[in-house]
Amino acid sequence: MIPDRFEYFVPKTVPEAVGLLQRYGPEAKLLAGGHSLIPLMKLRLAAPRYLVDLNRIPRLAYIEEDGAALRIGALTRHGDLEASDLVRARYPLLADAARVIADPLVRNMGTIGGSLAHADPAGDWGAVMLAARAEIVATGPRGARTIPIDGFFVDTFTSALEPDEILTEIRVPKPQRGGGGAYLKLERKVGDFAIAAVGVSLGLDGRGTCGEVGIGLCNVGPTSLRAKRAEGALQGQKPDDAAIARAAEAAATESDPVGDLRGPAEFKRDMVRVLTARALRLAVQRAKGGA
Amino acid sequence: MAVAHGMGHAVKRKEDARFIRGKGTYIDDIKLPGMLYLDIVRSPYAHAKIKAIHPEKALAIPGVLAVITGKDLDKYGLAWMPTLMSDKQMVLPIDTVLYQAQEVAAVLATERYVAADGVAVVEVDYEPLPVVVDPKKALEPGAPILRQDREQKTNHIWHWEVGDRAATDKAFREAEVTVKQDMYIPRIHVCSIETCGCVAKWDPVEGKLTLWMTTQAPHAIRTVVALVAGHLGLAEHKIRVISPDIGGGFGGKVPVYPGYVVAVAASVLTGAPVKWIEDRMENIQADSFARDYHITAELAAKKDGTLTALRAKTIADHGAFDAAANPSKFPAGLFSICTGSYDFKNAFAEVDGVYTNKPPGGIAYRCSFRVTEASYMIERIADIVAHQLGMDPADFRMKNFIKPEAFPYKSALGWTYDSGNYQGALKKAMDKIGYAALRKEQAEKRKRGELMGIGISSFTEIVGAGPSHTFDILGLKMFDSAEIRIHPTGKVVARFGTKSQGQGHETTYAQIIAHELGIPEDDIAVEEGDTDTAPYGLGTYASRSTPVAGAAGAMAARKIRDKAKKIAAHLLEAREDDLEWERGKFFVKGSPDKAKTIQEIAFASYTNYPQGLEPGLEAVSYYDPPNLTFPFGSYICVVDIDKGTGEVKIRRFVAVDDCGNIINPMIVEGQIHGGLTMGLAPALYEEINYDEDGNIQGGSFTDYLLPTAVETPRWETDKTTTPSPHHPLGAKAVGESATVGAPAAIANAVVDALWHLGVRHIDIPITPWKVWKALREKGITE
Amino acid sequence: MAQRISVTVNGTTHEAEVEPRLLFVHFIREVLGLTGTHIGCDTTNCGACTVLLDGRPVKSCTIFAVQADGRAVMTVEGLARDGALHPVQEGFHEKHGLQCGFCTPGMMMTAYALLQRNANPTEEEIRWGISGNLCRCTGYVNIVEAVKYAAEKVRSQPAAAGGRS
Repeated sequence: MIPDRFEYFVPKTVPEAVGLLQRYGPEAKLLAGGHSLIPLMKLRLAAPRYLVDLNRIPRLAYIEEDGAALRIGALTRHGDLEASDLVRARYPLLADAARVIADPLVRNMGTIGGSLAHADPAGDWGAVMLAARAEIVATGPRGARTIPIDGFFVDTFTSALEPDEILTEIRVPKPQRGGGGAYLKLERKVGDFAIAAVGVSLGLDGRGTCGEVGIGLCNVGPTSLRAKRAEGALQGQKPDDAAIARAAEAAATESDPVGDLRGPAEFKRDMVRVLTARALRLAVQRAKGGA
Repeated sequence: MAVAHGMGHAVKRKEDARFIRGKGTYIDDIKLPGMLYLDIVRSPYAHAKIKAIHPEKALAIPGVLAVITGKDLDKYGLAWMPTLMSDKQMVLPIDTVLYQAQEVAAVLATERYVAADGVAVVEVDYEPLPVVVDPKKALEPGAPILRQDREQKTNHIWHWEVGDRAATDKAFREAEVTVKQDMYIPRIHVCSIETCGCVAKWDPVEGKLTLWMTTQAPHAIRTVVALVAGHLGLAEHKIRVISPDIGGGFGGKVPVYPGYVVAVAASVLTGAPVKWIEDRMENIQADSFARDYHITAELAAKKDGTLTALRAKTIADHGAFDAAANPSKFPAGLFSICTGSYDFKNAFAEVDGVYTNKPPGGIAYRCSFRVTEASYMIERIADIVAHQLGMDPADFRMKNFIKPEAFPYKSALGWTYDSGNYQGALKKAMDKIGYAALRKEQAEKRKRGELMGIGISSFTEIVGAGPSHTFDILGLKMFDSAEIRIHPTGKVVARFGTKSQGQGHETTYAQIIAHELGIPEDDIAVEEGDTDTAPYGLGTYASRSTPVAGAAGAMAARKIRDKAKKIAAHLLEAREDDLEWERGKFFVKGSPDKAKTIQEIAFASYTNYPQGLEPGLEAVSYYDPPNLTFPFGSYICVVDIDKGTGEVKIRRFVAVDDCGNIINPMIVEGQIHGGLTMGLAPALYEEINYDEDGNIQGGSFTDYLLPTAVETPRWETDKTTTPSPHHPLGAKAVGESATVGAPAAIANAVVDALWHLGVRHIDIPITPWKVWKALREKGITE
Repeated sequence: MAQRISVTVNGTTHEAEVEPRLLFVHFIREVLGLTGTHIGCDTTNCGACTVLLDGRPVKSCTIFAVQADGRAVMTVEGLARDGALHPVQEGFHEKHGLQCGFCTPGMMMTAYALLQRNANPTEEEIRWGISGNLCRCTGYVNIVEAVKYAAEKVRSQPAAAGGRS
């Protein structure tokens, strides 16, 4: 459980951190919460020669709403999102997810930016942000750019970030009137990654018909997945049992799980179906003002 | 003023003082000047020839002092060591590895981090060999023979049987009803939160070895070291084993692991102290496992539900060496308790031990020497019979329980149960949980398609090993000991041959002495674990401390009281016959004010004792128990099953335990809570499997799932009290009862919830996907 | 390449030169000699290593000592004040919330932090709050009771609430 040696840098600004990434290239890793990276280093499955600690750069951790969006600084800890009154009141999809990431101690160190940049298909925030239609702000040598979440997860542990870019902010669209969301995670025990997890975001219009629907799937594919056909099955429909069941079936077919110690693929696929239906029902209930 | 509480009181623990301040002394807390660190290179292969070990890169690292291999140890006759089951086990291999994570070489360095760096760059050339991980396949002709070192070239280790095969077979042939069920109890690992380790300190001037070690049996270790390394000049009077604070044992800290032996050798060779402490993954992957029993259980019964015979055949997967820490006549431990709480006229059980390419072990998980396996088996199959006959499982058990008047009861497999009242415990559990109302609720829910289950487990434990006519470990009889000495000012030091790893002996043993002598617990210092001072004992495991060492404590205290009476008679100028004892003092019959307290007597034992009497006030007792003790209980578990996900939610769990007379009810309750959680774990969460190449599946806490406070229900406990007739205090022990009894209660509850769908058995751990699979097969979905 | 760090532990500031890869738990145990914080696993699961970093309970086995430069840490050794036990420590003793004692320091640090944020936690909140700390001995029932005891004590004696951080 002893990591390999490395050199350690503590940049004071984002450009300084970017410069270190440029200088050291693939042998450098960013250190945010460190609760994905350091466990790998302790097993010597990762052995970066240079560690760039982002934690002393000011103004990278915040949870604020502006005109258009909820803006979350990349270094915001999962635990702060869990404790945020703003998130709990207005972003139930995020609030549900924040409390089931790992365990309470890990949540005090792990960051939302680090988690998303790590692009682990088992990372909860991926499915959440896909459902929420979020945007990622990345800062590199040429300044900041916005990456829509749909193109962000490229492959397992591979995001659309360039090697010299740092994820600095996440933007979540503000809730619509009649909006609701939910995140349900089936895990073997607290602290585990999901057997399967589903995040849902939707809005009901005045007549109770679904407008935009976002459905994100966690740990049932090579990356976090967006269940587009499932979304389509519900868009423009009244979310009655039949419609929800159709959407849930579709989501299951869009998942691509691998059998492992958490269970066989067919089990996980059926869990996508079960959890999607439950999450949709819960989101609808919340959209209507309940739960 | 300090008070003597004695038996039956919830005295707060004396040992807490250091632990709540973070001032415990666990092995890794020990730091000695010049101390070196040992870390271990392990095999990635389950079966392979070692072609070469290349230590050069490691030796090139500043601070790495040596890379020790099997060939090095062989020069000193230490490459192999005996196991407790008269097998032998590699310390470090000379040419062949037999399981993944087996120790292959050891790196000795000046710093912990440097030793780890050394391990990372030792290169080993392996030539993989065919792997066998299925014990049934290991017994087939043509299977690779794993133990080329043994005379008999077979993977079959031993056959053990007990009972009357012919009479049992006849009973089955004549039975009205027979039920057969295969059950696999997977490998699990006890995972005490502190892993295993030691600090070995060889003093070349004195020729003395001091060994701080995570061991539950320090004296046995001392004797074993003297026997194994005697030829190197280690003599038993110059070996001191110190078991300091131990962060949980549960059986996992009984075996001798290669790391200990290499650390001792390294210290002797370098003259410096050497620390070895393993990581968690090493602990899970290489240290003694538990269970791995493939059981075929059969019950014969009458149509009215009367059980008539039990037959059990087990294949026991022992890994590559038979290193289970059983008493020597019992290769399958006390599995023959499998007739359980029922009155069987006929029974027969056989077990075959088999070698596979897996780590050695078998009984390290709070199991009372295979009683967990036995109890799970009988309670599971009894429940199947009850359900098959359409009988309520509680009624079925009541019908078949051994009657209270039958005790002492001789079982069909040879045990004499000391006392029991199974009906009383089950009734209490049923009343406490509201059994009748739950059955009604279940019926109503079933009509609505909701899945609710009620599971019972009425177990009989067998602990307190044990009487010398039957029990020994490597020839050492399983007595235990207490040495009590009272100082002039009436304070006490008491030393025992056992070793607490959290069971609270510093408090409970003090309570025994307080009970017998009326001296306040606060005035009694209890010590264990240092072989230089403690009397010889066989250690703490298999719930033997209270039955054996606790008894020794009572007997030693009574010897002191007998001597104290003589001194009291002298002080009071009375005859001994005229004296009465009221806890804490002797007084003259009829004149209660003519009294001497034990403290006054203690002082007198040094200052004013009768002519001809030896001075001082102390006694030693080595206690050879006349029998084992048989704690018992009834547990009832209520579960609700999520049809969509297959999750099993425990709604309630009531545990009624009977451990005879209780020393400290608070500590007993704590033991039960912990034991129940270690029964929950294998029932729903924990398992270690191997793929066909012998790769471990679930070799870290990421996949080996210890329950947290969220998975663990709020356990409800209660008791009945049926004293042991032969124990000096009527006490029976309780440490492992709950681990023994709980898994079947949970498994029975799940099957009870699904029986009407046609499900009769699901192997533990009952994970969501197993339940989901059973439901989908029956067409049940959400 | 050693780095110079300055860490305030239980109110006392320590300076040291450490390798960047030195795990914070090893710094606490071996450089500072505070062995109350324990190591129980190697995959960031068990929580035996829990300490407070700037008041937040974290797993010190998954942090490098260099990350704690300039920051304040509280370990189990900092719970008692002038020899007087903190209500959390009292609670664990009164309610038999420990057996072998190995998970106990980490468990108590988590409990302490929990009570700082939530003075009156429900049983469920306590269980969720300690779900990052594994115990093998107690089955958690008495740990929950210990935390409830401490909560009540802290509520009734606010002056007893703070250790040194």
